[in-house]
Amino acid sequence: MEVSFLINGVSQRVDVDADTPLLWVIRDILDLKGTKFGCGKAACGACTIHIDGEAVRACAYAVKFAEGKSITTIEGLSVGDKLHPVQQAWMEEVVPQCGYCQPGFMMATAALLEKIPQPTDQDIDDNIVNVCRCATYYRMRKAIHRAAAIKQETR
Amino acid sequence: MSTENKKKGFSRRKFLTRSAIGLGVILGSGYLSRNLIRRYLAGAINELEPSYQGNTKSPSLWFEITAANEIILHSPKVEMGQGTFTGLAQIAADELEVDISQIQVVHAASASGNLDGLSTGGSTSISGLWQPLRELAATMREMVKQAAAQQMGVDVAELSVNNGVITAAGKSLTYGAVVKEVSEWVVPKTPPLKPIKDYKFVGKPVPRVDLRDKVLGAPIFGMDATMPDMLFGAVVRPPMIGATYAGADTAAAAKMPGVVKIVSEPDFVGVVATSRMAAENAKQAIQANWTTEKSWQTADIEAMIKVGQGTPYVIQKSGNAQRLLAAGEDIITAEFKSPIGAHAQLEPNGAVAFVEGDKATIMISTQVVKLTRGEVAKRLGIAEENVNIQPTFLGGGFGRRLHTPNAVQAAVLSKAVGKPVKCFFDRQEEFQNDTFRPPTHHVLKAKLDADGMIAAIEHNVSSGDVMFGSPMFPALAEPLLGADVGAWRGGMIQYGAIPNYQTISWRVKLPFATSWWRSLGLLANTFAIESFMDELALKAGKDPVEYRLAQIQDDEAGTRLKSVIRAAAEKAGWRDEVVDGRAMGFAASTDAQTPCAQVVEVSIENEEIKVHKVTCAIDPGLAVNPDQVRAQCEGAIIMGLSATMYEQMIVKDSVLYPTIYGPYRMALMRDAPREIDVVILENTGVPGAVGEPPLGPIGAAIANAVFRLTGRRLREMPLAIA
Repeated sequence: MEVSFLINGVSQRVDVDADTPLLWVIRDILDLKGTKFGCGKAACGACTIHIDGEAVRACAYAVKFAEGKSITTIEGLSVGDKLHPVQQAWMEEVVPQCGYCQPGFMMATAALLEKIPQPTDQDIDDNIVNVCRCATYYRMRKAIHRAAAIKQETR
Repeated sequence: MSTENKKKGFSRRKFLTRSAIGLGVILGSGYLSRNLIRRYLAGAINELEPSYQGNTKSPSLWFEITAANEIILHSPKVEMGQGTFTGLAQIAADELEVDISQIQVVHAASASGNLDGLSTGGSTSISGLWQPLRELAATMREMVKQAAAQQMGVDVAELSVNNGVITAAGKSLTYGAVVKEVSEWVVPKTPPLKPIKDYKFVGKPVPRVDLRDKVLGAPIFGMDATMPDMLFGAVVRPPMIGATYAGADTAAAAKMPGVVKIVSEPDFVGVVATSRMAAENAKQAIQANWTTEKSWQTADIEAMIKVGQGTPYVIQKSGNAQRLLAAGEDIITAEFKSPIGAHAQLEPNGAVAFVEGDKATIMISTQVVKLTRGEVAKRLGIAEENVNIQPTFLGGGFGRRLHTPNAVQAAVLSKAVGKPVKCFFDRQEEFQNDTFRPPTHHVLKAKLDADGMIAAIEHNVSSGDVMFGSPMFPALAEPLLGADVGAWRGGMIQYGAIPNYQTISWRVKLPFATSWWRSLGLLANTFAIESFMDELALKAGKDPVEYRLAQIQDDEAGTRLKSVIRAAAEKAGWRDEVVDGRAMGFAASTDAQTPCAQVVEVSIENEEIKVHKVTCAIDPGLAVNPDQVRAQCEGAIIMGLSATMYEQMIVKDSVLYPTIYGPYRMALMRDAPREIDVVILENTGVPGAVGEPPLGPIGAAIANAVFRLTGRRLREMPLAIA
């Protein structure tokens, strides 16, 4: 099946089995490796991307549903050398350890800040539900608050 | 740890040589002396971690200097989140006299010759390379300076160096420019190292060197690796405990679209296809047969893990606790348990392999580069030197990547099709084919004197294997040691002023793979011992912090332990009372010579345990990067909290469950303490273990706080109050 969509601002057309998870199209065909495979069942959030601005777990999203959509991955979160406020905050708080789950968390956070620009701790608990085995949650919480502040300043 | 077992000046490198010589002698000695030797070895191993076995003499294997005056450091230790690359860059930059921004750290491919005979594990990377890497970097600097002196026609003594630029008599040359002109290097004698106080990067909270790549989502992990013309593989893995592969019907799979080849081996069956989906779909269509001996249930496993079954090994003994605790109404006894734990690292295991004739290249997340190389070479029947292992960044290690049969499987698939093949576990396979943290059972006994102090104490621990069965250790060590070193890690009594104490390890061989899990036995053993210490303190009517302090010996280990206990209590504002529904809990442990104490603040909300704050004091000896020491403490505390409060694998009809995150409940953002306060003490001037020791106290500290809130002593992980 042929599917067309916009990814990180670039038009793409792929010809694959309609039920292929979007994650594998992004990673194996479009060679964007920042979106990670963790579980394949939308349980860990390592593959979180944005589809039309909504945070979506790409491992459980069949490519056929992406027709005509606008997709953003971690590679499209920064613009050139300019980091997204979430990435900037992640740098300033030195959040990543192994780093594998971090793109998913940053994408989930970027989507959260579009909906709730100044999230409370409760908002963070309720909305950021990805899994990090290095357990960098303590710094991530600080980075989410910092990202909100950076975003507010640059507005 | 006891004074009895303290071996001062027993250097790590010496231990490695000496133990090799020692094995023959010990095996030749009689049974009676074997117990003593066992305890001697147990004590020595408790304090000494094998850390690094590789090149310490050839700077050119370690450093590459580019024309742009950048230094590429080829690290034989892998980066799995613990921050080792950053620490190594700091250490190298200081002795090389360059700015840290000039250093790029990469994983040394095995073909580069910079190969560690051991693993990346045991919290030893920085401590093990501290001396050799400084010497190598200082030697490299002197080599470049000597060449520069020749090129500039001046004496070496006239040169000054700054940020990789050598200056003399108004002329300047970069390292890069000097190196370009040299065809043959002369390795000088190791120059004297700088005093630590002169270091610009060591001891500072330098940002991680891999920070930007990780924030950008750069393709640095094993699962991101690709090779030109690569195909996708999938392997059918055992669905249950004790299942032995007995052939498969592959007819249907072979006809499926995209399938290139079905690969049938004596021990497994796999498929190679043109896409990941095609490979996965074909795998589902393979009908594999398995033989099993019996049906296992969780209750069977629990019945096996029981103190009193199997052979006991006394691994620590001072005085005569056995006699004092033999009988009597005043003996206090308590039991504790911990469950099967999964690694659950986010990046699944797998590899990209390309076998061409008698050569192989493997890109893989591994903690054991040399072992992986050896296993692939053996299976393919080629020389080890013909196998190049290119390690990648690890999407979590935690001990899971100390076994890499996945490298062998990818290589076999590649050989079958003559093309590169990428082959990874799926998540269900990760959970069901993990090398689990073994379940444990603990029995503690003690007798108090008239003042309430401990007259005698004994810790019995029954555990599945951790070290035994691992290809990392010689089978020879098994009969010699008897007890599994990994299983009793953290299991020794650290209160050396108690007149009579002993630790007994009971070994159990389980029907599924159990192995290294970050900190090994430390979490469960400390949960048991430090919960029991809390009970004894309360029974004696003493403050638990003072009670501990009073029973620690005055040698170096004891003094360091006391200082972290005092620091944690002071920083947390320790008080043994419930205030506004919150209670504190205290625990301390010593692991790989690094003492750590933690105070938690806990409440019960909606019948659930809520940890609000953790204060952690740790003494790693010297903190090469204080910010990363903090990061390791924060992560270890939450990982330990997760294992203590939520995590558990069960066995039903020989199948291991759960098989997915969520049902395998782990700490998430909402469960993480909002406050973590880390105090770093540096009492030796030499870096020690950091990655695992802070996992020790958290479980007991939480359980001790829960007792103050509920009056209930929780004796089983995962903790349950409902």
